[in-house]
Amino acid sequence: MNIIVCVKQIPDPETPAASFKVDEAAKKVIPAQGIAPVVNPYDPQATEAALRLKDADGGGKITVISLGPDTARDAIKHALAMGADEGVLISDPAFASIDNFQTAAALAAAIEKVGDADLILMGRAAADWDMGVVPAGVGQILGLPVVTVAKGIEKDGDGLTVTRVLDDGFQTVKAPLPAIVSVSNEFGEPRYPQLRQIMMAAKKTVQVWSAADLGIDTGASVMPLEALYQPKVESNVEIIEGDTPEEKARNLAQKLRAAKLV
Amino acid sequence: MAGILVVAEKNEGEITPASFELLGAARQLADQGGGSVSALIAGSAADASTLIAHGADAAFTSAAPEDSLAEVLLPAVEAAVSQSGADIVLISMSSLGRDLGPALAFRAKSGVAMDCTALAIEGGKLRATRSCYGGNARAEHTWAGGLQIATVKAKTYDALPADGGRSGAVSAIDAIGEARIKVVGVEKATAEGVKLEDAEVVVSGGRGLGDPSGFQSLETLAGTFKQAAVGASRAACDLGWYPPSQQVGLTGKVVSPNLYIAVAISGASQHMAGMGGAKNIVAINRDADCNMVKVSRFAIIEDYKKVLPALIEEIKKLG
Ligand SMILES: Cc1cc2nc3c(=O)[nH]c(=O)nc-3n(C[C@H](O)[C@H](O)[C@H](O)COP(=O)(O)OP(=O)(O)OC[C@H]3O[C@@H](n4cnc5c(N)ncnc54)[C@H](O)[C@@H]3O)c2cc1C
Repeated sequence: MNIIVCVKQIPDPETPAASFKVDEAAKKVIPAQGIAPVVNPYDPQATEAALRLKDADGGGKITVISLGPDTARDAIKHALAMGADEGVLISDPAFASIDNFQTAAALAAAIEKVGDADLILMGRAAADWDMGVVPAGVGQILGLPVVTVAKGIEKDGDGLTVTRVLDDGFQTVKAPLPAIVSVSNEFGEPRYPQLRQIMMAAKKTVQVWSAADLGIDTGASVMPLEALYQPKVESNVEIIEGDTPEEKARNLAQKLRAAKLV
Repeated sequence: MAGILVVAEKNEGEITPASFELLGAARQLADQGGGSVSALIAGSAADASTLIAHGADAAFTSAAPEDSLAEVLLPAVEAAVSQSGADIVLISMSSLGRDLGPALAFRAKSGVAMDCTALAIEGGKLRATRSCYGGNARAEHTWAGGLQIATVKAKTYDALPADGGRSGAVSAIDAIGEARIKVVGVEKATAEGVKLEDAEVVVSGGRGLGDPSGFQSLETLAGTFKQAAVGASRAACDLGWYPPSQQVGLTGKVVSPNLYIAVAISGASQHMAGMGGAKNIVAINRDADCNMVKVSRFAIIEDYKKVLPALIEEIKKLG
């Protein structure tokens, strides 16, 4: 089974709120000092899913695609160190500030150029813009079925059986191949690459494709960003005092009663 | 502004509360922008009338099963857009909406703003506000000219009370998509008692509980209130301490209880995204500097294990 995994490098989503800054004029996030960008946390899970499917299937190739600046190589290298076979970096100054909709178009073109994919795996969303539209977008552009928010994926005859996380439980679906599946955190911990694998990954090839290589022009944004800012958070907390934990508990219960909350 | 199409949903035979919230939002926008509101539902004519009573001017029904996946419902949504002439489409940020919004957007060669927390009409056009960067930033979007599609975060708008005096046209839409993806099984989470989204009081636990047994104390604490449910942070769910259906946050449930008691939860922005609308927050945490304490009304700085038994007793005493 030939699998393509799409990965993205993003600012660390666990960046403490105090270090998170926005340049409102430029409508951009200012990279936090001393906090390195990371692989979008759902993407190693998508890579893990690809590795398990390939192992179970006993053959095929896993290609990792990332669209981003040159540093996005690190996200590709991480997937290669986990065990993926080849990498493609889509990098072009023309793509420097494209949105999710344009990204889907570029990824779809790259997926076609890689060719012969049975399955395309992605994280359920990128934890920077938190949109989660790229899997559906690539599906629409390539005319493929899209199964989202997967917690389990298994090869099943010519197709897949996927367990999805719903708002109020789980759903099992069967999908034909080729298909796109987006993976959620409920999939479980991805493997962590060992030093030897990281060194081996350095030898794996990462091709770099430009907009011209893909033969696309992503055009203007269909949904322009008008403003980007940080919400104001005010703190008015009252710390409940007391000499012992029991006294604090009693004081809190009384405060809650006074506020008609109990 | 021409008009708004609301995509309503049913779950286990009932129109979802979020659908009524969308109608409330649509009515407000239509009154600002001077357009009409139509609604689509995979359901009956009676469902359509219910949607009209809650704010729609007209409604469309689709015979697609209520649990259809996006690919099955999409052609009906497209037909409803063209028949109603809507230039704005509002969809719930539900399991279905997560898929339907983007699918519709790419088909229409336009964009969708996901999980919006505010909508406004400016100069006849939609302006949508959404949270991004895990809740650390807000983004505002307009559309370059295509269909303006937004999925709306639960509890962002209030539903309107039903007005049986309202009337409007109901028409059936036949268009239906091929089910390439087949649903073969569903396992509904069975939370006992009050549903998390409906609870007046939510008691949530995080990684700092240290082990799953901490949730038993939280359930006891919740039991001292009338309308309480127990929630969890993603860290606690990922550890397998509590089911993912009880996760609160960006990728979990949105709750807006009158009282939210956060026990051993640090208050990461992604968690706040699910409970920032709580009217009163109480934090029990060892760390006075953590974000959850900052955003709280009341906080106890202490090991939760030492506080909870006493708190349960004190609240019981107040009866
Ligand atoms: C894309 C993305 C989506 C996410 N979605 C969600 C989501 O939907 N919901 C969600 O919750 N998170 C989500 N997260 C994770 C989020 O960033 C945090 O990692 C998570 O919320 C932390 O959970 P926590 O507060 O339980 O754990 P921690 O951050 O580890 O906090 C534990 C807290 O417990 C306190 N503590 C420890 N021991 C004790 C004790 N004995 N007594 C009292 N206090 C104690 C500590 O002081 C600390 O404040 C998401 C992250 C990403 C990247």
